[in-house]
Amino acid sequence: MLRWIVWRDLMLAWRRRADMLSTVFVFVIVVSLFPFGIGPETQLLRTIAPGVVWVAALLASMLSLGRLFANDYQDGTLEQLLLTPQPLFLVVLGKTLAHWIIAEVPLVLIAPLVGVQFDLNKETLWILFASLLLGTPVLSLIGSVGAALTLGLRGGGVLISILVLPLYVPALIFGAGAVEASILGMSPAANLYLLGAFAIVSLLFSPFATAAALRISLE
Amino acid sequence: MLQSARRTTSILAVSKLGCVRGDRRLFSGLDLSVSPGTFVQLTGPNGSGKTSLLRILCGLLAPAEGVVTWNGANIRSLAEEYYTSVTYLGHRHGVKDELSAIENLRISNALNGITVSIERAHEVLGQMGLAGRESLLAQLLSEGQRRRVGLARLLICNTKLWLLDEVLTSLDKSAIALVRSLIENHLTGGGIAIVATHQELELAASRTRRLELTT
Repeated sequence: MLRWIVWRDLMLAWRRRADMLSTVFVFVIVVSLFPFGIGPETQLLRTIAPGVVWVAALLASMLSLGRLFANDYQDGTLEQLLLTPQPLFLVVLGKTLAHWIIAEVPLVLIAPLVGVQFDLNKETLWILFASLLLGTPVLSLIGSVGAALTLGLRGGGVLISILVLPLYVPALIFGAGAVEASILGMSPAANLYLLGAFAIVSLLFSPFATAAALRISLE
Repeated sequence: MLQSARRTTSILAVSKLGCVRGDRRLFSGLDLSVSPGTFVQLTGPNGSGKTSLLRILCGLLAPAEGVVTWNGANIRSLAEEYYTSVTYLGHRHGVKDELSAIENLRISNALNGITVSIERAHEVLGQMGLAGRESLLAQLLSEGQRRRVGLARLLICNTKLWLLDEVLTSLDKSAIALVRSLIENHLTGGGIAIVATHQELELAASRTRRLELTT
């Protein structure tokens, strides 16, 4: 069942590749604008790199959140998903997992490449990759709650940012913190552990919150 | 004697149901009990609460007052267990534009726990008059054909209660006849169908009931 819903969403995303690519392009372009704007001051670039890459990842994933449930809501398939004989939180978990694969994994994979523009060394690029790999599931999980709450509302796109971005702050602090520690030659382990813990907590709570929010939105 | 008594027991019962949308009361004090093999035709002017009633019956909408029971248990407490016996088709057909007819059919059934083989899916879509169009993306199909893809689920699901909301919209004569025969077979097998429609379905089945909602 979980397999089917993930497969369904991946196939739908593949049929609408343009949507998926736009998220990645926004991420790459936003991150690349900073080195152009600041110029070849490697020391400054290294200092701002963790924050810039992480903030760009947060903003890029906001773009795709609106589509998480909205398309299914419009054609009535979301109603059908609510009426399947499986617990709703499993359906939600499947959709969130698919969203992570579609919208976040490409960012994680391309981040070390765009990180090169900030004169980061190899080890730091690995930490950047690891911190995003641990942190982006949080973005999908918490984002799904916001997407479910703003479903069918006018101006939902803005509202979802206001709701969700503040909740991303812990992930941003620990994610960027890990990269920063690595730049300063310290161990990023503490930050990564905390990021992992935050990911587990959001995995435990957000599918249930999203399921409840979807039931309210569809009434 | 005992058998006839059992046959007439209702399995879907509604008591003192009330529905409020916004600040308007659509209906209140609605009582209804439906036994197996019954067809309920739900009629009433636009805005009289036909869709709301069907959404309450399938559990998507919480009633403002009253309860809906299935085999004596409140559907709110049955939750997912109830959905093994219900198929709801809304006026939005629940067909993904980016998937082909056959993918739509197989995926929507898989999510309901029924695996449909490719051969079976071809057969069912053929019965729905979509032969030769199985692999076309739904966005290339006409409105009526898309509706047929949605209705194809009725041929596969083995649920007891069908809740159909305005499913005859944009269907041609032959498709309406097809839906009628589907519902007739369903009733003969002891199923229940509750259909909101403005068109007369003229079912041959003996136990047709009308429920008229007023504004």
